[in-house]
Amino acid sequence: MGVEGIGASVVRKEDKRFITGKGRYVDDVKLTGMTFAQFVRSPHAHAKVKGIDSSAAMKMPGVIAVLTGQQIVDDKIGNLICGWAITSKDGSPMKMGAWPAMAPETVRFVGQAVAVVIAETKNQARDAAEAVVVNYEELPAVPDIRAAIKPGAPQLHPEAPGNIIFDWTLGDEAAVNAAFAKAANVVTFELANNRLVPNAMEPRSAIADYNDAEEHFTLYTTSQNPHVARLVLSAFYNVAPEHKLRVIAPDVGGGFGSKIYIYPEEMVCLWASRKVGRPIKWTADRSESFLTDMHGRDHISKAEMAFDKDNKILGLRVKTHSNFGAYMSLFSSAVPTYLYATLLSGQYNIPAIFAEVITVYTNTTPVDAYRGAGRPEASYLIERVMETAARQLKVDPTELRKKNFITQFPHQTPVIMAYDAGDFHASLDAAKKAIDYEGFAARKAKAKSEGKLRGIGVSCYIEACGIAPSKAVGSLGAGVGLWESAEIRVNPVGTIEVLTGSHSHGQSHETTFAQLVSERLGVPISQVQIVHGDTDKVQFGMGTYGSRSLAVGGTAIVKAMEKVEAKAKKIAAHLLEASEGDIVIENGEFKVTGTDKSLALPMVALAAYTAHNLPEGMEPGLKETAFYDPTNFTFPAGAYICELEVDPPTGKTTFVNFVAADDFGRLINPMIVEGQVHGGLAQGIGQALLEGAVYDENGQLVTASFMDYTMPRADDLPSFKLSHTTTLCPGNPLGVKGCGEAGAIGASAAVINAITDAIGNNKLEMPATPDRVWHVINGKAA
Amino acid sequence: MSTVKLTVNGRAVSADVEDRTLLVHLLRDNLNLTGTHVGCDTSQCGACTVHVDGRAVKSCTMLAAQAAGSSVTTIEGIAKGDELHPMQAAFRDNHGLQCGFCTPGMIMASIDIVHRHGGKLDEETVRHELEGNICRCTGYHNIVKAVLDAAGRMKVAQAAE
Repeated sequence: MGVEGIGASVVRKEDKRFITGKGRYVDDVKLTGMTFAQFVRSPHAHAKVKGIDSSAAMKMPGVIAVLTGQQIVDDKIGNLICGWAITSKDGSPMKMGAWPAMAPETVRFVGQAVAVVIAETKNQARDAAEAVVVNYEELPAVPDIRAAIKPGAPQLHPEAPGNIIFDWTLGDEAAVNAAFAKAANVVTFELANNRLVPNAMEPRSAIADYNDAEEHFTLYTTSQNPHVARLVLSAFYNVAPEHKLRVIAPDVGGGFGSKIYIYPEEMVCLWASRKVGRPIKWTADRSESFLTDMHGRDHISKAEMAFDKDNKILGLRVKTHSNFGAYMSLFSSAVPTYLYATLLSGQYNIPAIFAEVITVYTNTTPVDAYRGAGRPEASYLIERVMETAARQLKVDPTELRKKNFITQFPHQTPVIMAYDAGDFHASLDAAKKAIDYEGFAARKAKAKSEGKLRGIGVSCYIEACGIAPSKAVGSLGAGVGLWESAEIRVNPVGTIEVLTGSHSHGQSHETTFAQLVSERLGVPISQVQIVHGDTDKVQFGMGTYGSRSLAVGGTAIVKAMEKVEAKAKKIAAHLLEASEGDIVIENGEFKVTGTDKSLALPMVALAAYTAHNLPEGMEPGLKETAFYDPTNFTFPAGAYICELEVDPPTGKTTFVNFVAADDFGRLINPMIVEGQVHGGLAQGIGQALLEGAVYDENGQLVTASFMDYTMPRADDLPSFKLSHTTTLCPGNPLGVKGCGEAGAIGASAAVINAITDAIGNNKLEMPATPDRVWHVINGKAA
Repeated sequence: MSTVKLTVNGRAVSADVEDRTLLVHLLRDNLNLTGTHVGCDTSQCGACTVHVDGRAVKSCTMLAAQAAGSSVTTIEGIAKGDELHPMQAAFRDNHGLQCGFCTPGMIMASIDIVHRHGGKLDEETVRHELEGNICRCTGYHNIVKAVLDAAGRMKVAQAAE
């Protein structure tokens, strides 16, 4: 490891612009002649659009146009798509209803757009939007899963009778039934996974600019994946041809999944910029974000686990209802299926698993991947069941887990995933030591004597990320491949540019990717520029989500570096009159091993570009591309233990300690990794204690601002004690597993396990607000 | 419409704005100081925090007209040329930012926290004082470290002056 290479906690290159207020987020961008868009949105959860009267709005100052959903249909613009085909257990395809960008006939969730006003200033657009008169015929709304599946419930989409999108299964039902038949003990548990609003701090924004002379579109968008946006906008939405569309995702203020999707707003702005002949900017208010950013989670599950007389797991049976909201979003179908059910083995040796997942339309905001995407739901379920089992079987929760840990790798689970490497005992032991697990009983007794209820909760998580092997996901219904690309340009004077298909919206790639190059080619990171986020610069990429950028994007960089190194060595050998096999790289110099003959990389690069003396037949230049397709998912895993106190008169929870022992394989920059874990833990704890999107019986989102939806704040969270164990990932040359989502995946169960331990009552749903905890303590329904 | 005259980052400026214009929009739209961000519409998130006459204020909760005659400092105005403010340096050194969107407001609020507490700060106080600034990326762990680190540096700088 060099001072700036793999394993070094170097300070970030990108920080300068952020700490001085010179970041360039989409809303910061100003184009000449720019106009502003304000959407007219439905206040009803379910209604027919009988008519739109824009006459008054058109007369208002600065108004250029009022455009409606029917005009989008007339211009043959496509509907939004879901890119992953899931088949029901009866063999029928998923029942997908049409999702037009602006509703021409029927609105199906509060906030769905029906029209857009384009005006000279944002205030003028806003004022005029209020003057657009929409005639709605209200329909009965279905606000949640239970209402949606009730016989006789109002139907959202003609394609989906009973509001059921698909009824999908995974695993061996017969084997599970046999396991339960011979079980000594069965543990049954019902639980919900609460709906969350991602709430990245930067609201979504888009600027669309159509150049009529060149018939070329430019779109600035808050996207985690600009190339995917370009592909979808051209091939599926039919707004612009792919080769005439440039998509730029500049600095983006957080995504967490919510900025993967190609939303109605950027599609409409792009389409409208051509109609109106002016650039158009749209930026969401926070209330718009609450209503229109894709939400996360929202499962109701029943789980049953069968044990033998030695408390070894024989089988697991899970039935889950998953709320998709009013429309199927881009990845939605994959989240509660191939990103959820495939993780139901957890860290445990479970011989037989069977899962059924029923997905449902409701008159709510659509739901899709949000940090963890399916894996938090799986991990929460398994770890709550294991805790429940430990209490029912009267064994220590860590001992029950250890008894069932997988210890041989690779391990083929009954639910598709084959875990490549891991050491679950190591992480749990590390976490137990860090929190002084053995001393807890005494601490609990002392707290009790002071009138506080103290609890300890364990969560042993595993997840599948480094998304994903293209062939595998293709065979499971994905419409795209999930490889990544990297182009390495060594400039004539030896500086390096890395063009990556990954996108950093907080993940620190400008630093960590430069560290990879520094390690391999011996170049200081100040000489390495990471380029991302512009489809004019980077040829193609699948973007950043699913903790894939290091495992997949980083490996693409390694593969490209291999090619650069090979060519550079050939040139160096030629110039130094040595054999290629004798050239090594040392401190950025190409050296003939065993001699002091060397050439610095800049000299090799100069030789490549002047081409005065290259090996016979070699092309000039030093620039290589690699596309890397992973061969497996990666499997970060670890143990989180949470110790907390509940104050009985108020139900309030206070953290005493929160320890994390994660195995992410090799760490490129430990400081960055810890930051990712902190952030993930905050979101997992947020889900457990504070957050929850609530709809009333009319489908109105009651929690639609930061006043009503409780975001974790600094005084809600403790400082964390992190540690790492390491089993290298055998699947990629870096040995990395990814770390971006782990905290959000594993934290919630640790918190709820701890609170239920503290209060001595296992029946507690998330968020465990003081109000809810108080009611459970006092034996009342909350 | 009215003409609002104020001082921003040491420069006298003048802007013609609608009466309903918020201070944050005068800064972002009229003065092109886009380092101050809008993250919410209910004054909760703190991304818009600036200093008005030396005190931290959420610039989304002030009309531009209310700032007439005041001296406003934004994130763009706290470094001395190339020399970063100790709080900026501390955020960088402690990895107190990831996407950077909450960061300007976080830094401006934190400077004010240090000033108001005369450099006497502990973790609990910092966490409580940061209640008005929401971050979705960092989980606050490193932000707290940065503020405590900066408090020490700012005290030293004060002593040295």
